[in-house]
Amino acid sequence: MDLVTLWFWLIALTFTLYFFLEGFDFGVDILRPTLARTEAEERALTGTIGPFWDGNEVWVIAAAGLMFSTFPVWYGAVFSGMYPLFVLILLALLLRGVSFEYRNQVDSERWRAFWDWMSFGGSVVPSFLWGVIMAKLIEGLPVGRDGDVQGGFAELFTPFSLVGGVTTLLLFMLHGANFLLLRLHTDTVLYKRARTAALRWGALATAAIVAFVVMGYVTEDLFEDFGVVPWVFPIAAFLTLASIWLALVRRRDTLAFTMSGLTILFATVTVFLALYTRGEVLPSTLQSEYGLVLRESAAQQYTLVLMTWVGAIFLPLIIGYQIWNYYVFRERVRPDEGALSHGY
Amino acid sequence: MDVVELSRFQFASTSIFHFFFVSLTVGLAFLIAVMETIAYVRADRREVYGKMTGFFGHLFLINFAVGVVTGIVQEFQFGMNWSEFSFFVGNIFGVPLALEVLMAFFLESTFIGLWWFGKDRLKPWMRLASIWLVAIGTQISAFWIVLANAWMHHPVGYEVVDGQARLTDFAAVVFNYKAWLYFAHVQGSAWVVAAFFVLGISAFHLLHGRDTDVYRRSLRIGLVFAAIGTVFSVISGHTAGQVAREDQPMKFAAMEAQWETSDSPAPWSLFAIIDQGQRENPFNIEIPYVGSILAYNSLEGRYEGINQLEEQYDAAYGEDDYTPPVAWVYWSFRIMVAIGSLLLAAAFLGLFLWWRRGRGLDTTRWYLRALVLFIPLPWIANFTGWMVTEMGRQPFMVYGELTVTEGVSANTAGEVLAGLIGLWAVYLALIGLDVYLLSVTARAGIHRKPGAQLISAPAPDYEGAGFQEYERRN
Ligand code: HDD
Ligand code: HEM
Ligand code: HEM
Repeated sequence: MDLVTLWFWLIALTFTLYFFLEGFDFGVDILRPTLARTEAEERALTGTIGPFWDGNEVWVIAAAGLMFSTFPVWYGAVFSGMYPLFVLILLALLLRGVSFEYRNQVDSERWRAFWDWMSFGGSVVPSFLWGVIMAKLIEGLPVGRDGDVQGGFAELFTPFSLVGGVTTLLLFMLHGANFLLLRLHTDTVLYKRARTAALRWGALATAAIVAFVVMGYVTEDLFEDFGVVPWVFPIAAFLTLASIWLALVRRRDTLAFTMSGLTILFATVTVFLALYTRGEVLPSTLQSEYGLVLRESAAQQYTLVLMTWVGAIFLPLIIGYQIWNYYVFRERVRPDEGALSHGY
Repeated sequence: MDVVELSRFQFASTSIFHFFFVSLTVGLAFLIAVMETIAYVRADRREVYGKMTGFFGHLFLINFAVGVVTGIVQEFQFGMNWSEFSFFVGNIFGVPLALEVLMAFFLESTFIGLWWFGKDRLKPWMRLASIWLVAIGTQISAFWIVLANAWMHHPVGYEVVDGQARLTDFAAVVFNYKAWLYFAHVQGSAWVVAAFFVLGISAFHLLHGRDTDVYRRSLRIGLVFAAIGTVFSVISGHTAGQVAREDQPMKFAAMEAQWETSDSPAPWSLFAIIDQGQRENPFNIEIPYVGSILAYNSLEGRYEGINQLEEQYDAAYGEDDYTPPVAWVYWSFRIMVAIGSLLLAAAFLGLFLWWRRGRGLDTTRWYLRALVLFIPLPWIANFTGWMVTEMGRQPFMVYGELTVTEGVSANTAGEVLAGLIGLWAVYLALIGLDVYLLSVTARAGIHRKPGAQLISAPAPDYEGAGFQEYERRN
């Protein structure tokens, strides 16, 4: 495998890890208003992701940074081409990120309610928009002759990209619910509510992913270059998703979480395969020959060699200490009214 | 305003906002690591230093959160607003950026959680190691980003092929003298920010006679840091000025508002009224010799004026307007230097009082009052410092290679304006909240009022009364 291919797939991996990790912390924040009824419950739910969300979020920064260094042209075209979507994501992440720290700094109902809204909205918006962005990535943008992308806000929302958005939103909610099953004490009412939520949102997510793949195939001709092997991935995404239901009913929580994680993996790989099989990182909706070709969008060989060394040293290290982080905070959480009164 | 100006304004403002938070983060992380180390080593004083770390650690976290979220904007906006620039520099510029993410951001964001929430789970030495990893992470992050920025001011180790910079020598990029110089200066100024932050807050509580056992110690730690930090900023800043005279002469001339090549020995302008349209200074107070001392550490030596440089730049890079906004650069530089000198004096005065009066330092009220008033000054110096650096290189983005107009994305002005409004609204809210929460928390001191607390930690696995009460009610 040459370095261009390697880095294309490493970027796919970074996005996958991002969706896998931040997917569940978005999910928990989105589900929280419907699951928690008391202040103690609110805090317990935040506690399940408290020490993790920041480390998870860095994966998207890594995705952008790695794209910049290994595929500068692709990076520039994607980020400027979907400008309004990225602005919205940024605004959402800004408000959500500080809500963790700020929510409990002032002892007032309205203050807390405000930040609860911010963490809810700040999770819904990116969960939805990342799906839109992934769908637009395979569908293409109005890339012009010189590689500039000139398009409006409205064009970013096609039926296909909207379905993509709904799919990631539901998928993340399901993934978040499954994560809660691993993080909450099994004898709490919260745990029971999380199970119900997982079953409900799981069913909807399955419907959404079917719609996404069928649309991609029938109305958009997106997968026409897929050989037999690439087709395994969308199908696997559907099958893993369906199996979550079985796992939940049989109370195999770890399996359910693994399966929702695998679904995210397969879905992301499908997107990147759709690009890879066509040899284009960003198709053009204006004229097919304007699309950004995979090989020509990459950085020079020297840079790629350098980045390969950097990646080989640091990626395993990072994954290692992040796993350790999850291990340190492994014990399950339960709501505790008594703990509300003492500070640090 | 067109897309270029809007994008410039956006980049400048998001960077300034980001740096507002991160300069404190970079410096304070280090100070807290030192406090925690003392708490760890001096078992007999553990309680006092433990309180100190808890208190300043809390302030640190409030600020850290905003530094993190505003940073994401920074990472995305190269592609969003400067895609042509990204294309031009991608082969080179992306590498330090990626290194920053992989070496620093993951480290900081993971270990900050372990440090703060791991109180009851980690062994003390592991907690100590965690805060040191956070502190080291912030320095690494500052290094790589400043290196990337310095490459734009002084590009090295590259060649331009087909309108794109190609990396030829990565070692040259890493050992770019400009990068190390800027890093030293940014690092020094981050220490100044944090040191005067700790000093001001400690002084405030000493003036009110609260928890003096904690705050008189933090005052002394702050003094040491302030002295090191100011010396560092002043020396590296002075060197940065001299280096600019060599590799960015236009910037240096603008810093001095020197329209025509100076005499030798060159005077130094103390106060000038600048008329950029007429390219002259209608009014100018000058001190003899100081200009040569600044530029050459010598009593003689002349430097070139803006008008002469304009001709040289025209010949070298093609006809264009190469004069930066002179008044901005000139005044920003003077404000920074004034603040730098004042703070240097304040730090050494403090050390002197400590040496002469010992415990009497804690009751030298006029000095403590001044420290409280000084809290915002380092931020102003930081802001004006970036104005000098970035305005002074106009119209270039990559010095001598790429102008700002060439670097911009093919966005519409409307798009950028809408985004700008959104970002400004959120940033203003965040900066207001940050200042508000920091001052409320700092003022409340060690004995916080109940109810206000950080609890994004997982609720510990209590089996106590509270839990049973809760289960009963459900
Ligand atoms: C001198 C220091 C300094 C400077 C000049 C900059 N930063 Fe920064 N940045 C930091 C020092 C820092 C930091 C202190 O290391 C932060 C604050 C909190 C954190 O996690 O790292 C950070 C956070 C931070 C983050 C979020 C990391 C996270 O989520 O943990 C990003 C993506 C950036 N920065 C990117 C940038 C870019 C693209 C800059 C240039 C325009 C920039 N920073 C200037
Ligand atoms: C390392 C990456 C950086 C890049 C790529 C970069 C690039 C730019 C760009 C594109 C602009 C707008 C165009 C211009 O007016 O020059 C700008 C302006 C500016 N940047 Fe930077 N910069 C970087 C780092 C920073 C940092 C870390 C700061 C400080 C927080 C900063 C402070 C400023 C200021 C104050 C301006 C305003 C100058 C002006 O508008 O003329 N820059 N920079
Ligand atoms: C007498 C003392 C000082 C002198 C002579 C000085 C000099 C300089 C010069 C010449 C530059 C521009 C470098 C260039 O663009 O080539 C600069 C930039 C800067 N200064 Fe200072 N400075 C002083 C004190 C300070 C202080 C006290 C702070 C903050 C607390 C500060 C913060 C900055 C920052 C953040 C920059 C931009 C980053 C950089 O270019 O390194 N400076 N300074």
